[in-house]
Amino acid sequence: MIPVIVVSIYLVIIGVIGSLAFRKSKANTEDFFLANRAVGSMVFFLSIFATNMTAFAILGSSGQAYRQGIGIYGLMASSSGFVIPLTIFFIGTRLWAIGKRFGHQTQVSFFRDRWECSAIGTVIFALSVAMLVPYMIISIMGGGRVLTDISGGRVVYPLGCAVVALVVTANVFFGGMRGTVWVNVFQTLLFLLFGAVAVAVISHSLPGSFGDYIQKIATNPKTRYLVTRERMPERYFWSYTLIPLSSIMFPHMAIMCFAARRITAFKRTVVLYPLAILAIWLPCVFLGVLGSQLEPGLKNPDGILLHLLTDHAPVWLAGILGAGIISAVMGSDTHQVLAVSTMFTKDVFAHYGGKAKYGERGSVHFARGFIVVVTLIAYIVALITPASIFELAVRFAFSGFAAMAPVMIAALFWKRSTKYGALASTLWVAGWLLLTWYLQNISDASAPGPGKPPLLIFPALGHLFERTIVNVTVYGFLPVVPMVFGSALCMIVVSLLTAPPSAETITKYFPGRKSESSGQGAETDQAFEQLAARGR
Amino acid sequence: MKLKTFLLTALLAVVYVLHQDFWNWKEAYPLVFGFLPIGLAYQAGYSILAAAMMAVLVRVAWPNHLENVESEVKDLKEDRS
Repeated sequence: MIPVIVVSIYLVIIGVIGSLAFRKSKANTEDFFLANRAVGSMVFFLSIFATNMTAFAILGSSGQAYRQGIGIYGLMASSSGFVIPLTIFFIGTRLWAIGKRFGHQTQVSFFRDRWECSAIGTVIFALSVAMLVPYMIISIMGGGRVLTDISGGRVVYPLGCAVVALVVTANVFFGGMRGTVWVNVFQTLLFLLFGAVAVAVISHSLPGSFGDYIQKIATNPKTRYLVTRERMPERYFWSYTLIPLSSIMFPHMAIMCFAARRITAFKRTVVLYPLAILAIWLPCVFLGVLGSQLEPGLKNPDGILLHLLTDHAPVWLAGILGAGIISAVMGSDTHQVLAVSTMFTKDVFAHYGGKAKYGERGSVHFARGFIVVVTLIAYIVALITPASIFELAVRFAFSGFAAMAPVMIAALFWKRSTKYGALASTLWVAGWLLLTWYLQNISDASAPGPGKPPLLIFPALGHLFERTIVNVTVYGFLPVVPMVFGSALCMIVVSLLTAPPSAETITKYFPGRKSESSGQGAETDQAFEQLAARGR
Repeated sequence: MKLKTFLLTALLAVVYVLHQDFWNWKEAYPLVFGFLPIGLAYQAGYSILAAAMMAVLVRVAWPNHLENVESEVKDLKEDRS
């Protein structure tokens, strides 16, 4: 019962912080969706980190380490620690500047203006929402499961989901972006401490040392794979370095970039980001591997940390650590709900005349109404649909958003890029998502067991499409590889074959190029503008 | 390509490649600090290297030209009413 009380206190604190943010709010969309673009440096770091960390960072990482061993850290954590800050450095800062100059509040709004085309924005909007909504639903499911587990079943699953959905809705409904980022500060600090505290408490309670347990795992041929990567294919490992490209393309991450007060807020974030990932993932992965010895034979290894805490930590501490896990769930879920609401309000409601008719105040009312409706629907769907469907959709979403990164890079850095290039990339990504879904479905029944070699899906095509225990692969690589490189190729080839945007738009988004260039560079710019004029 | 850009690009490429520590693939030993398998300790160290790389980028390749960006949206204040 004590863990439930501790988590309840935590939820009350979240509610109080949200209500304080509500008192500071103004009735316009920039304030509601972006906290008036005034998020300070430290809050920005803590909030953008919370945006990206889900329950998977704590529960999933330890569960995967329990199944696959230490390789999961290099596969998901250290690659993210390198690629995500890079994307924040190169893409996030540019998004911030463009948002500040032209008032964009979503990626779609930027794409529409950059390529002078409403339809391309609508297509990207549809794909983004289709990939984001399952993520939002699975966050509610994850939160419900955690509350049920922490309470030892006293809080039933539907009630757990309802509590998470309700707290998230109230937080976003009243506080908007301001409420979300204020709550994030508290949440991130809590779950950043989680790993270190959990390791300290568990090590104190064990009869042997950590080294003894790891020696035991390493010397047993049956468990040795847990402390090496001998069962992890190298192509699979490399493929995963492309997945973190998805981070900045997730609408909730991009929208966060618009919210910073100054561009200098990004400095601290990019440097601290890899260290924050280290602080969370290293203890969780280590404890997951250790858990395979301490709690062998778990049917659901994602619950390993909860088992370890229940067995090795005092109940009040287990409650606080449980609150840390809930923080990770809610931190990202609030941003996802806010992002979906921002996109519908700005990219659909306002874009198609709602703002002109109902004004800024009306847009905020629409956004609040939408938040209630969308979380209610997500809650109902979470109760009646198996989690496996959304788990699969979320896995695909990471590949899909990663493959949309070339679109963003082209929009920001390549003035010759065109709307048709963007459309070709988007269709390529959508096509691959459907293909992967199909291949996954037809090969589910024949998926090989643990430790078994991959199976050819179409023997006539050789190793083109193979099925491993969990994934479909393309010549041993994850589908994200052809998706990302194909998307980049589509953007380049189709852009070169089609007319560029007007010179006016190019000058708007690349203002420094002409004045900075001289001699041959200036001639190139002039030639480009002539080309653009012919294109029109 | 300027020398600074070339060096930074090369540095980024090297750090990216260092992530693929194939030489640790089948090794559990040595146990760093007596309990961390080498593959895990290496990747943890890689996270610290990534942070150092980002510090270098922030120091020498920061987009200073974006620091003084001004809003060009004329009706923003009217919208805020």
